[in-house]
Amino acid sequence: MAIESDVLVVGGGLAGLTSALAAARAGADTRLVSYKQSTLRNASGLVDVLGYSPDGDGPLVDPYAAIPDLPADHPYRTVGVETVRDAMALFDDAVPGYEGAHTDANALMPTHGGTVKPTARYPAGASAGVASDGRDVLLVGFESLVDFDAGHAAAHLEAAGVPFDVRGVTLRFPGDLRADAKVTRYAKLLDTNGEVTVDGGDRPVRAALADRVSAELDGEERVGFPAVLGDDDPAGVRAALADELGADVFEVPMGPPSLLGLRLEDALFDALDEAGASIETGNPVTDFAVAGSDSVGADTADSDATAASSGGSIERVYVEKNGAEIPNSADQYVLATGGLVGKGVESDRDGVSEPVFDCHVAHDADRYEWFADDAFGDHQFPRFGVATDDDLRPLDAAGDAEFRNLRAAGAVLGGYDFAAEKSGSGVSIATGYAAGRRAAEATR
Amino acid sequence: MSDRQSTTPTFDPETPNTGDDFEPVDVFEDSADFDLRPGADSCYKCSTCDTNCPVAEVDDDFPGPKFQGPEQWRLKRRDDDHSVDDSVMDCSNCMRCDNACPSGVPLSQMHNTARGEYVSEEMSKFSVEYVRNRLLANYRTSAWLASKVPRLANAAMNFGPARWLIEKTMGVTSEREFPAFATETFREWWAHEGGAAGSRERAQVHRERRGDPLDADKKVAYFHGCYANYNTPEVGKAMVGVFEHFGYEVVVPEQGCSGTPMFANGMLGDARRDAEVNVSSFADLVDEGYDAIASCTSCSMALRQEYPELFDIDGVDAVAEHTFESIEYLRIHEDLSGALDDVEVDGDLAAEFAYHAPCHARNQGLDRQAVELFRDVDGVGVEDVGDSCSGISGTYGWKAEKYETSMQIGAEMLDHMADADGETGMTECPTCAMQMEHGTGYDVRHPLELLEAALVE
Repeated sequence: MAIESDVLVVGGGLAGLTSALAAARAGADTRLVSYKQSTLRNASGLVDVLGYSPDGDGPLVDPYAAIPDLPADHPYRTVGVETVRDAMALFDDAVPGYEGAHTDANALMPTHGGTVKPTARYPAGASAGVASDGRDVLLVGFESLVDFDAGHAAAHLEAAGVPFDVRGVTLRFPGDLRADAKVTRYAKLLDTNGEVTVDGGDRPVRAALADRVSAELDGEERVGFPAVLGDDDPAGVRAALADELGADVFEVPMGPPSLLGLRLEDALFDALDEAGASIETGNPVTDFAVAGSDSVGADTADSDATAASSGGSIERVYVEKNGAEIPNSADQYVLATGGLVGKGVESDRDGVSEPVFDCHVAHDADRYEWFADDAFGDHQFPRFGVATDDDLRPLDAAGDAEFRNLRAAGAVLGGYDFAAEKSGSGVSIATGYAAGRRAAEATR
Repeated sequence: MSDRQSTTPTFDPETPNTGDDFEPVDVFEDSADFDLRPGADSCYKCSTCDTNCPVAEVDDDFPGPKFQGPEQWRLKRRDDDHSVDDSVMDCSNCMRCDNACPSGVPLSQMHNTARGEYVSEEMSKFSVEYVRNRLLANYRTSAWLASKVPRLANAAMNFGPARWLIEKTMGVTSEREFPAFATETFREWWAHEGGAAGSRERAQVHRERRGDPLDADKKVAYFHGCYANYNTPEVGKAMVGVFEHFGYEVVVPEQGCSGTPMFANGMLGDARRDAEVNVSSFADLVDEGYDAIASCTSCSMALRQEYPELFDIDGVDAVAEHTFESIEYLRIHEDLSGALDDVEVDGDLAAEFAYHAPCHARNQGLDRQAVELFRDVDGVGVEDVGDSCSGISGTYGWKAEKYETSMQIGAEMLDHMADADGETGMTECPTCAMQMEHGTGYDVRHPLELLEAALVE
């Protein structure tokens, strides 16, 4: 026996979650397995579609208009612009509390480094910070939260020529938090409006914080904080602070670990739960078996002798738990394990590989060709990943589908540089949606 | 002669090293001691672990798992006098950081090892804290004693003035009620039911009913742990009932404590003593084709993960590979959702349950199991009360100085329980159940009991 489903998605990031959601909503009995917790808590929470062209033109006003001009092997070209729109509609429907769906045009959002990023969707909590707004801004940083330097971010924004005055101040967060307090500690304290000791007396933290900020406020109509304003009830925290300050309050998206990413993760898992999917995290897929063959892929990272190249079907995968191999079997599979950072694509001195199903990853034999000497030059490595057919099925070196029932989505795909293009979230959502839908259709 | 001329003449820094002559150097020598510094180098500081730590979220003195694990191990050098930081005793050993790490850093192994070292080298063996922790960690010993006179023990242990005295002298909080001891332990019941021979007979009857071959290779060894034996034998009885229903023969071998409370208190010597008993007893059965089944997710976690990470005992890996949580095992080997397709639960378990997933279920990938399994069963509802920690973490919440922290951590779960439809709790973990009951007054049941009600009764 095995744990069975119609569609099995391997990977718990944005691509995996979107593809599981798309499959489940299309009526398939869907299961998602992820090696560890979702890596979405490393994400800023901004959802980009396309900010710059591969040639570096931009920021782009309309990402959808630019898609037809992308290189033919770009994942957006594989799924097509209408699928990108449908996928974003799924995202908008599934994730409450996001804005930006009213227009095709990119919004310009300030980041914690003080750059301005073109993005398609953003959390409601960040929306008052939009850089095209003319109202003056006060950025507030906290001494102990060194990932956000408000003065530095403000100076950067000014240098970028934003149409408003912006100032940064750094305050001591009220109370007695440790110097390396976790972002979840700030969030919990603000969520619960816990008591903090200020000037020898106990006060609720929201009021104590607002007092400190009020003293610095000089007519600015917007106040930006690092994104630690609550985990369970961010809207409540923002409203309370805005009320005390008499100004709009927004959160500046932060690097990892990111509460905006964490809230996005929660929203997507809730949607997946509601769609009736089953979910398991904590253990890796290490092996698989091909239908009609006794030979398994046998820890395929070490073995290139798979039955794969015949274009067979995956019959089951094995989830490894402390030496026990738990069989999970499905009719259709989606590979959404991430790219080089997420470990869905691996590299060493000998080459570049995809570790779960050992799908072919094209790369130059000479590893000194993988990068350019210029740090911001035209590197090959960001584009490493599997190539697919029009149905998102990974292709082997000869250009045939590796497996009949395997599709790939998200950063495991090659042919695009998400960091340079600002297209990471959009590609994950669009290809995840397409792979999930098609997997569900193929089970019928 | 300059330094430059003395280098190999063929060396040109502009020419890439093609790797042909590359000989990797093993920086860390092979050693029989646990040296976790290589694992520390897998940490790339994303701090995802820190966002999962229930203690760091409420306690301003606790530096969090990234410090306790990779940072402390990276900074620790073998030959100097840097000792383990005492904050390791504030870690509750929930092990959520393991499930968080995208880079495979063995965080809980680092914490367990550091805590063991701290207790053996830094903590006075005559301190009240040490004696109290040792007593709490060896719950099985107290439970064994109490089970001889369960009614007297139940009355005495919750006698107000005695509890006040225990708090003042030993630092065990008087806020909590000690769990009641069963008047008949699971093992006493099991012997009464005919033990392994009785189970074989019953399994035969069920195989016949199911149309399974009578000689089917379906046999499991039950690790009941301390709690299902001394406090909640109904969980053990449900395990036996459900497994026999599917045609399994059950045996209940000799066993000690899983070691969970001992790891959490850094009592690695005590844990090893019991681990040796358990591994020896279950390794023999695994050799004979049995799989080990636990109903408590902390027990299964100990056998699967902590034993092989901490102890080098003959058979420890074989036991880890063959240990499963009870419902997980049936989910893999039987068509459990099919069996639940057209059943309806009635009686006192036809209820709405507020379900809490224990932290120790998470690394095993079991945190959604109960919710998904009972999703479509008529007559019951199982509502997940969220992914927070219950806060008790075994012996942690029993310590007077940790009680407040424990309740602050648990507040989120208790709030969600109050909001949930049901007024009965459900969880796999006995100490989470204590916290749920303590905070809400609800009865708390184990998913096996519901499964038994759905399939067997």
